Formats: sequence, C-alpha cells, structure tokens
Amino acid sequence: MIRFVIAALSGGLFGAGLFLSGMTNPGKVQGFLDLSAAWDPTLIFVMGGALVPMALAWRLTPNRAPLVGGTFPAPSAAHLDRKLITGSVLFGVGWGLVGLCPGPAIASLSYQGASGAIFLLAMICGMQLSPMVAIQLDRATAKA
Amino acid sequence: MQQDWIWGLLGGGLIGLGGALLLLGNGRIMGASGILGGLITRVGDRALQLERLVFLAAVIGVPLFMHRIADIPVETTVTRNIPLLVSAGILVGVGTRVANGCTSGHGVCGISRLSLRGITATVLYIGAGALTVAAMRHIFGALS
Repeated sequence: MIRFVIAALSGGLFGAGLFLSGMTNPGKVQGFLDLSAAWDPTLIFVMGGALVPMALAWRLTPNRAPLVGGTFPAPSAAHLDRKLITGSVLFGVGWGLVGLCPGPAIASLSYQGASGAIFLLAMICGMQLSPMVAIQLDRATAKA
Repeated sequence: MQQDWIWGLLGGGLIGLGGALLLLGNGRIMGASGILGGLITRVGDRALQLERLVFLAAVIGVPLFMHRIADIPVETTVTRNIPLLVSAGILVGVGTRVANGCTSGHGVCGISRLSLRGITATVLYIGAGALTVAAMRHIFGALS
C-alpha cells in the first residue's frame, strides 16, 4: 500500500512543480530553446532546482535499500549507443516543434485544450511504434 | 516576467523532491516517458502498472486541482496546427522511448547522478530542440 501512497505523492510533487515553474507553457519552453530572440532562461532554474534534491537522494542510495524493499536502480551504463543518440535527437526535434515534452504534456492535460490532447495521443502512438524503430537501430548497430 | 526564475527554482525543487521520494521510497526512476511508456506497453507486473497509474493520475490531478479548483492562473501558448502537433507528438513518443528517457529521466534523474548517458541525451535533445526552433523561426518565419 505504501508504495502507492509514495507514487501519488511523487506524482503530485512532479505535477505541482511543472505547473508552478511555468514549464507546462510550450511558449516558455520554446523561448528557452530560441537563442535568437529574448532568451528565456527559466528552464535552467527549473533544472537546477530539481537537481539539488535529486543529487542528495542519489547520495543516500549506496548500501541501502528503498523504503518499500527491493533494490535501487543499477548504476547507469557507461556506454553510448545508436538508440540513445538517435532517440534523443528525434525527441529534441519534436520538443522544439511544439514545446512539449512528456512530463508537461501529461501535467497540462486539464488546461492545454485540444492541442494538448492531440499531442498526448500522438505521443502515445509514437511510444507504441518505438519498439519497431529500436529494432531497426539495433540491426544497424549489429551491421556496423 | 522578472520573478519567473523564482517560480522556476521553486517548481524545480518540487520536481526534484518528487524524484527523490520515488527513488528513496520505491527505488524507481521518476521519468515521465518511462512511466507512461511502461504503462502502455505493459512492462512489468500488475502492482507496477498500478503504481504507474497512480503516479500519472497525480501528475494530471494536482495541476487540475491547482488551476480549476484552487483557481491559480496558468499561462500557456500552444500551437493549434494539427499536423505539427501530430508529428511532434510522434517524434517525442518514439524518441524518448528509443533513447529510454526524456527531460525528467535523463535530465533530472540522470544528470543528478552524473550519468554519461543522461548528460549526453540532454545535450542532444536541447541541441536538436534549439536547432529546430531556429529553423522554424528563420525558414518558416514563425513558431506555429
């Protein structure tokens, strides 16, 4: 039961943070990505504010276990691969086109109107298609 | 607005607390694309699916409450161009799942443990996003 309470609290903090920071406003995100016009640095502050508690949390993980039991995520792999690189570039292009990434797209569903719903549905379709793309990239890696 | 950075920092702090809570409590990475993608592609057991569902419900529910019930105003500008929304959504959905992370997973959770993959992904999606916004501004003359 406690794991669901934690999931609800975590999701609530995530949603509240996205809402208050202005990051559910695609115009603001594009203002960060747009280096030419009046550049909007807010995203840097959001990232900085989020990194502090998160970095502290990671420092508590060695030689301990999560509250509900089990294990902490394995250390991040040290290698870079085709999937990470291609996927991140595709994501960045889509992010630039509209100014929404997955967290804000979900958090703003109740006030982003039809545009938000269309984006979210298309994103879910993209997620369904992703294994096919991943297989192609793995094949390309195997050939190289 | 002048105080945008304060809200950014505060909102970011809440996002980081959410991530820290999910990590220390449940041993999970708070990544929006991983949680939504895992839910729709049915990765893991029923308890994990329920945990994801509860998390996502809170991500949607808390901003809904803050805006609709607590009446906190929210500013948002999003394109109404449907082909643009659909293509961007598909790119973000495919890209984040192939790369195994988005702004929250690779950005917040990855960078905070100095993961090479998280840092690389973040540099790539911000770079691709900035180039995309620049291309839209200078080639098409608008962001919608």
